[in-house]
Amino acid sequence: MTPLRADLAAIADAVPAGARVLDVGCGDGALLAALQRDKGVDGRGIELSGANVAAAVERGLSVVQGDADADLADYPSHAFDVAILSDTLQAMRSPETVLAELLRIARTAVISFPNFGHWRVRLSLLAGGRMPMTAALPVPWYATPNIHLCSIDDFRALAAALDVTVEGATFLSRGLRLTWAENLRAERAVFILSRG
Amino acid sequence: MLATDQRFGLDRRVRLPGTLRLESGKHIGGVEIGYETYGTLDADGGNAVLICHALTGNQHVAGADPRTGRPGWWTRLVGPGLPIDPARHFIVCANVLGGCSGSSGPASLDPATSEPYGMTFPVITVRDMVRAQAALLDHLGVGTLAAVVGGSMGGMQALDWAVAYPDRVRAVVAIAAAARHSAQNIAFHEVGRQAIMADPNWRRGAYHAGPPPAAGLAVARMAAHITYLSEEGLTAKFGRALQDRDAVTFGFDADFQVESYLRHQGLSFVERFDANSYLYITRAMDYFDLAAPHDGRLAAAFAGTRTRFALISFTSDWLYPTAESRRIVRALNAANARVSFVELDSPHGHDAFLLDTPAMNRVVDGFLRAGE
Repeated sequence: MTPLRADLAAIADAVPAGARVLDVGCGDGALLAALQRDKGVDGRGIELSGANVAAAVERGLSVVQGDADADLADYPSHAFDVAILSDTLQAMRSPETVLAELLRIARTAVISFPNFGHWRVRLSLLAGGRMPMTAALPVPWYATPNIHLCSIDDFRALAAALDVTVEGATFLSRGLRLTWAENLRAERAVFILSRG
Repeated sequence: MLATDQRFGLDRRVRLPGTLRLESGKHIGGVEIGYETYGTLDADGGNAVLICHALTGNQHVAGADPRTGRPGWWTRLVGPGLPIDPARHFIVCANVLGGCSGSSGPASLDPATSEPYGMTFPVITVRDMVRAQAALLDHLGVGTLAAVVGGSMGGMQALDWAVAYPDRVRAVVAIAAAARHSAQNIAFHEVGRQAIMADPNWRRGAYHAGPPPAAGLAVARMAAHITYLSEEGLTAKFGRALQDRDAVTFGFDADFQVESYLRHQGLSFVERFDANSYLYITRAMDYFDLAAPHDGRLAAAFAGTRTRFALISFTSDWLYPTAESRRIVRALNAANARVSFVELDSPHGHDAFLLDTPAMNRVVDGFLRAGE
């Protein structure tokens, strides 16, 4: 079995064994399946793409086709221990509402997103004058689902504005964890949030 | 389980003991249920799968219908090497109460009069069908079901199973279904019923000594059949193509292929279905509303459920559209249930659940195996 991608591994580290987990934007369920296998979690997923949902259900996961912007409202409060939003926040119409909803549904939210403050992103705009395309942002501007990109510092500011607590964070570049100048150096961030 | 046990096998029939109390408050005695079983019940009884049929279906889900010779109606999903497999599962499929394929219905003889019930047969509901199935499972020695699986009205029964017998169902697969009949669903059914009742041969349901209301039932079937297909599918299959002619005839023959097709659908249906059964079963579907006993709160119907659910809808199904499945998913999420849901692409309308849909098979297979 292939090891999880570094950002998914960082997310998995934040999930306690046996937790009730909701993975929002779970894709084909790779992370949920690993969490069920390795940590015995009680996992559920939401995914926009029908093909991905079918693949996840074929793996035996409980996944519903839906849209996090609209469908999180249907879940009761405190139904989960951990809500995961992996590489999805930047595609939400209302990231602010989605974050608040995740922390209504779950005690802990684990959010991963590509860092728009990464130096390659800055450089491609500054020097190239073109919308950035990087390893973390591989799709051209006209085709990307990402409508609300942010930097690590932007995200911290939103967390503060929403009065949620940052319990921890992991910053990644090429799969390696960084400990300094992350807003410039990290391609991707994983934040662990809890209700303020 | 002995291979010679007469309870198991193809084309079986049982008379249920005692009387069945119906949702209407009436009782019915001497209820017969026609059913089939495939595969072998495990020693621990854990591999039983109940399959529920749709409005005009029957118990011959995977075996040929002995009356028509037609193959089973869900041989794409049920059979060796398929998601519901007699090598792994003990499969039960029963004709619904009110039906006309071996189970008690309006065409059956009323034990009290030895005459066909006709319209004296009590009005039944989906819950009554489910209770009759539960009594059949008692007879077969099946306690808890690994799964209840159905499409359309079969999906409604599957959902109702989880509500009526929450401790007896580990998993539900409801395909192209709804938790209630919409005004549009009821309206189409009423057109069908009025077509039957307007046929002079119907004679208030007492037609068993004479010719049946075939014209009325055929029209009912034609109208219903349109609702099972999509505009896209009809256009692709027929367009405006003419039937065995080069020009319209300026008359009322079946000039168009689609007319000829519908007439054929209507005529072949009357050979295998009882008009009064059509009235009773469509009525049962119209009365179906899982949220009704809970002031319209569907989530309350599923409160505390431990059953796993898989819901599947199809893009071109306008009879039980995706929105109806989503409504069920919302309620199940609110009830904290383990639910999977996917809308599959198909041009075939409501009938997609009966047709070749590899994606549906993969989803059902993965879902069922996750519980085994």
